[in-house]
Amino acid sequence: MINLLINDQKVAVQNGTTVLAAARKLKINIPTLCNHDDLCVAGNCRVCIVEQKGAKTLIASCATPAAEGMEIHTNTLKVRNARKHIVELLLSEHRSDCTKCYKNQNCELQSLANDFAFGDHVFLDLVEDKKYSIDRSSASFIKDDSKCIRCQRCVRTCSELQSVAAITVANKGAHQKISSFHNRPMSQVVCTNCGQCVNRCPTGALVEKTAIDQVWDAIYDPDKHVVVQTAPAVRVALGEDLGYDPGERVTGKMVNALRQLGFNSVLDTDFSADLTIMEEGTELLVRLKKALVDGDKSISLPMFTSCSPGWIKFVEHKYPEFLPNMSTCKSPQQMFGALAKTFYAKKNNIDPSKIVSVSIMPCTAKKFEADRPEMRSSGFKDVDYVLTTRELAVMIKQAGIDFRNIEEANYDSVMGNSTGAGVIFGATGGVMEAALRTAYEIVTGREVPFGNLNITPVRGMDGVKEATIKIEGCVEAWKFLEGAELKVAIAHGLANANKIMKMVRDGKATYHFVEIMACPGGCIGGGGQPIPTNLKIRQKRMAAIYAEDEHKELRKSHLNPDVIAIYKEFLDQPNSHKSHELLHTHYVERDNY
Amino acid sequence: MENKGLNKVDLIFEKIDNHEVLAKGFKMSKDEIIQEILNSGLKGRGGAGFPTGMKWKFTSEAKSPEKYIVCNADEGEPGTFKDREILDRVSNKVHGGMAIAGKAIGAKKGIVYLRGEYRYLLPKLMIELDSFHKMIKKIGYDFEIEYRLGSGAYICGEESALFESIEGKRGEPRNKPPYPTVSGVYGKPTSINNVETLVTAMMIVQHGAKNFIQYGTKDSRGSKVFSVSGDTPTPGIFELELGMTVQQFVNEFGDGDTKAVQVGGASGFCVPRKKFAETIIGFEGVPTGGSMKLFNSSRSMYNVLHNYLEFFTEESCGQCTPCRVGCQQLLKGVEKVKKGEAKSTYLNELMKLADTMKIAAKCGLGQSVGNAFKSIVGNFKEEIIY
Repeated sequence: MINLLINDQKVAVQNGTTVLAAARKLKINIPTLCNHDDLCVAGNCRVCIVEQKGAKTLIASCATPAAEGMEIHTNTLKVRNARKHIVELLLSEHRSDCTKCYKNQNCELQSLANDFAFGDHVFLDLVEDKKYSIDRSSASFIKDDSKCIRCQRCVRTCSELQSVAAITVANKGAHQKISSFHNRPMSQVVCTNCGQCVNRCPTGALVEKTAIDQVWDAIYDPDKHVVVQTAPAVRVALGEDLGYDPGERVTGKMVNALRQLGFNSVLDTDFSADLTIMEEGTELLVRLKKALVDGDKSISLPMFTSCSPGWIKFVEHKYPEFLPNMSTCKSPQQMFGALAKTFYAKKNNIDPSKIVSVSIMPCTAKKFEADRPEMRSSGFKDVDYVLTTRELAVMIKQAGIDFRNIEEANYDSVMGNSTGAGVIFGATGGVMEAALRTAYEIVTGREVPFGNLNITPVRGMDGVKEATIKIEGCVEAWKFLEGAELKVAIAHGLANANKIMKMVRDGKATYHFVEIMACPGGCIGGGGQPIPTNLKIRQKRMAAIYAEDEHKELRKSHLNPDVIAIYKEFLDQPNSHKSHELLHTHYVERDNY
Repeated sequence: MENKGLNKVDLIFEKIDNHEVLAKGFKMSKDEIIQEILNSGLKGRGGAGFPTGMKWKFTSEAKSPEKYIVCNADEGEPGTFKDREILDRVSNKVHGGMAIAGKAIGAKKGIVYLRGEYRYLLPKLMIELDSFHKMIKKIGYDFEIEYRLGSGAYICGEESALFESIEGKRGEPRNKPPYPTVSGVYGKPTSINNVETLVTAMMIVQHGAKNFIQYGTKDSRGSKVFSVSGDTPTPGIFELELGMTVQQFVNEFGDGDTKAVQVGGASGFCVPRKKFAETIIGFEGVPTGGSMKLFNSSRSMYNVLHNYLEFFTEESCGQCTPCRVGCQQLLKGVEKVKKGEAKSTYLNELMKLADTMKIAAKCGLGQSVGNAFKSIVGNFKEEIIY
């Protein structure tokens, strides 16, 4: 242990602890900006400077390891003056149009300004001198350089967490900026639209491209029938933007709020998640049969999940040789969209051209996905508008809904029923668990051999998870799988996905089925979720997801009555011709630069 | 105040028998070498003046099978051109100094990080390096030197930014600690020394610390190569014993009308005429990596300052707030004052900003911008305002 003094208080910390962490242990708050729990230390904003006795300069507490006998003071005149200067310097190169900014009141620079740089500023405005650009080319987010304060959180996020490095530092000195490859528009570089940078940007330099106004217009258009679907991970995070602590399940209130906003029908993506399990599970079993029994060399294994549009684009750019390994299933959002303007329209006797299909997603990549040309199997744009969890919270506030005090409500039907298996899609490992619950039962006629259906080996926050399920006691139709060991793997965060892809590419791992989610923690940590994010918050959301599952009466996708009904009335059976038409898709190879 | 007066010496460029000196050095134990350098009181010649013996001692004590000696030849300080001359004329002594340092710290590999603009020296240096490798092979000593070229960024002269550059990354200073002696290039213990420091170390091995300390003062031992430029009838490279006053320097190199000397380049200090006599050139007074720029009364110190600030505004890596934004504010601030768009008292605010940069910037670049700013504004306020 290392002993040091901070503001004259003794504290003992493990070797390698930063001064910042040591201070936090004493409940001494040191302001930070470039520092982020999910990312490596940068030490470049200098907001967290403190005074170390005997040192000539101030030290960055986030970047300095505690050392034996250190004497630190966090609030001396020297520190305060320097910190005020630093915050003012940051503000001098930041276009402070706060009242117009999407991040107003959710901006870390703004709150630092409130604390340390109120009143008249000493320094000159530098924004006016520079030619800033605002890049609106991405379907998912806007990059506004005039608000960028060069903390490089986005850069670290993109390279460390996602191994994509779509954005990086260019130029030096006054010309330094966060740029893309050859300064191309974000729509023309290797960017997965995952939005993890948006989640970590402390200012309004990176924000989602909002569709709030378009959705309001649709709701108030008497000619339109507006259908909304809500992704599993939204219900365990939305509360954070509406005054709840992380980990609160607000499903019922959310449904009621959506109804109050004026959506004609409030439905659930969990339904199409269950449907995904039927389609994808069947696809996997068919692939296994063709590969193992028929010896069909054209079958690609492992099969990768295809729910995460960030992950899809990652493969399209970086590992196009593995596109045949991708499940052809659309994501639950897009399955829902295709059915909304076909099955749902027919069932409710509504002209599909009058339906506006909106989805509430924890995700920014879903905005891109909805815009893909492949996603028009209904004959229309299957999903018209995608809103993030954050955008929904804005709409609820705009409508003046007292979220904490409204009653809980239930989803509409049809396409509103779901099982616990659909819910857990929101957490890493959830698709795998849901698929196993159903596939194992199809093959053996018995439930998965895990207590209370909780397949714990595929759960948790480990970056890469592996599991082997031995298949025994198969029913007649699946006898060929008797004794087989199904090898599965799960990764979340594209840096972890990259590890798996390298192993698979180099023949160092032989899996049958791999679940990958682009975002850390899966969709609960998606790029459209409330800000801030860190491991603790994601763990709380994850616990809420599994609690939601436990509280569901039905916890296996194949038991979802709406799913059973849709196959009976409309789709015939999993992987049927109709299913392929509406629920499956294909992918395109993209440039790797 | 110890004053040795102005004495020209010829040690750095003196032709020596490299083989003989190296054979002597290799016979010494690593502790003997380090002790000899410690006894000599040698301080780094790049400008910062860290005791070379200490640096070698720390690196030698670091436990790692792989260590590096890096020669910082990214000579970029405005007004400095002495390393170019040293490499051009006595690169064998640079290579030799690296081998001796390598022996002291336990490094089998040396890297010379050569300023990109000095690329034209490479063909000659490669021939010299080849014969050097052959020679130490003959002595039976295992040591290898590699040259790496910079790409024009001033910041890459900062030691940790230089490592980043060698590693193929963007040249940005690292957080310290860990210091290079613990984790330097490729994360291995590294001693990084200036070109001239390595030659001087070679010289100390050759002549012994005892003889070396005959030169210079208590705080600034030995002699040093100065790059003299500006308003002088005799610009060029001069090796001088340390411990002279600026006045003595101006008497020798001035044009009779010198009003200020910028000691240590853009990151150094401006000494005005009234302080010439009391200011020693050395670590006890104004330290310098070699750059000595003389200004006569025809020069506008506003222009001088403006030029330096433009330089820093361009050459800051842009990573940390105090340096990236601070430089722009200082530049824009003095421009506004000059144009009468800001009150002259605004200079006081800028002086405070320069103080903040000195204590809050991440690396030596940002921390030293205030040196030139404060000494020029402090001594030539009227020239900045009017």
